[in-house]
Amino acid sequence: MSAIDLVEKSQLTTRPDMKSGDTVRVHVKVREGDKERIQIFEGIVIGLHRGGARASFTVRKVSFGQGVERIFPLHSPTIAKVDVVRSARVRRAKLYYLRGLRGKAARMKETKRTQ
Amino acid sequence: MVTGLIGRKVGMTQLFAADGTVSPATVLKAGPCVVAQVKTVDRDGYEAVQLGLVEAKPTKENKPAQGHFKKAGVPPTRVRREVTLKAGGDPPKAGDQVNVTIFADGERVDVIGTSRGKGFQGVVKRHHFRGGRATHGSMFHRAPGSIGASSYPSRVVRGMRMAGHMGNAQVTTRNVKVLRVDADNNLLLVEGSVPGGPNSVVVIRKAVAAKPIKVAQVEPVKKKGKK
Repeated sequence: MSAIDLVEKSQLTTRPDMKSGDTVRVHVKVREGDKERIQIFEGIVIGLHRGGARASFTVRKVSFGQGVERIFPLHSPTIAKVDVVRSARVRRAKLYYLRGLRGKAARMKETKRTQ
Repeated sequence: MVTGLIGRKVGMTQLFAADGTVSPATVLKAGPCVVAQVKTVDRDGYEAVQLGLVEAKPTKENKPAQGHFKKAGVPPTRVRREVTLKAGGDPPKAGDQVNVTIFADGERVDVIGTSRGKGFQGVVKRHHFRGGRATHGSMFHRAPGSIGASSYPSRVVRGMRMAGHMGNAQVTTRNVKVLRVDADNNLLLVEGSVPGGPNSVVVIRKAVAAKPIKVAQVEPVKKKGKK
């Protein structure tokens, strides 16, 4: 095992098997003063950036007609959990083309998750 | 007390704090080192120790070097560097082991290494000259421009910044914070980047001009109720 893996091992968390096109609910811990609560960010995963503890994923949603994208570090301790709500058949690893589409055009065909 | 250690750069990663903030970290495989020679004021005019980096693969050294290590009673090491001494602790002897435990979490260190070679580079990359306009017929793109006046002084002043060889020189990064000390695996994690590429040799020493460690400002608790 390389020294980098050795350092990163303790930071890795177990996250569900996600892929581009999945709709996910990300439970984010939000600190307000000395209180902590969970905020949910739901949207489509439009890209995964792999790389050990440095891995991240981008979630896109359309909120009040405005596209919002958020990049989460995959193993961040501020993410309580990630739920995969549904999956869609996509033919790209990065779904950046969704940024140019809206409404009906941005729909995707659902696939059954093989678990 | 020995104030430094030889290591090799492994690579970079990031560390999460409990609140989710990420700090960039460089992983250094530091030590274990052996003291190959002790330099004294009486004999050498200054106090220091020569350390050797103990590596997995044994090195073949020539006869003079072999004799040098035989004197210290340690197996030969290829990478050898000198580090200074600080008062306190046991005076080091030849053959002593030094490892990462000389450093502690949160301490400030200096990391000395050889920067990556960039070859022959122009003034824009080498000295951060601004260069000229790319378009609209400027005819002045990345050239250095004027390098001085004419008949007086009739020469180019010394130290004029020009194109030339860049990198592959000794660089010291000062006041780097130690994020983690892993004595079991001889690893040292420092914040941010250090000179050189992966597997390059670095010397880690206690910071010569350590800045005070900043303590995070705690917000004063607001009083509720009447003023």
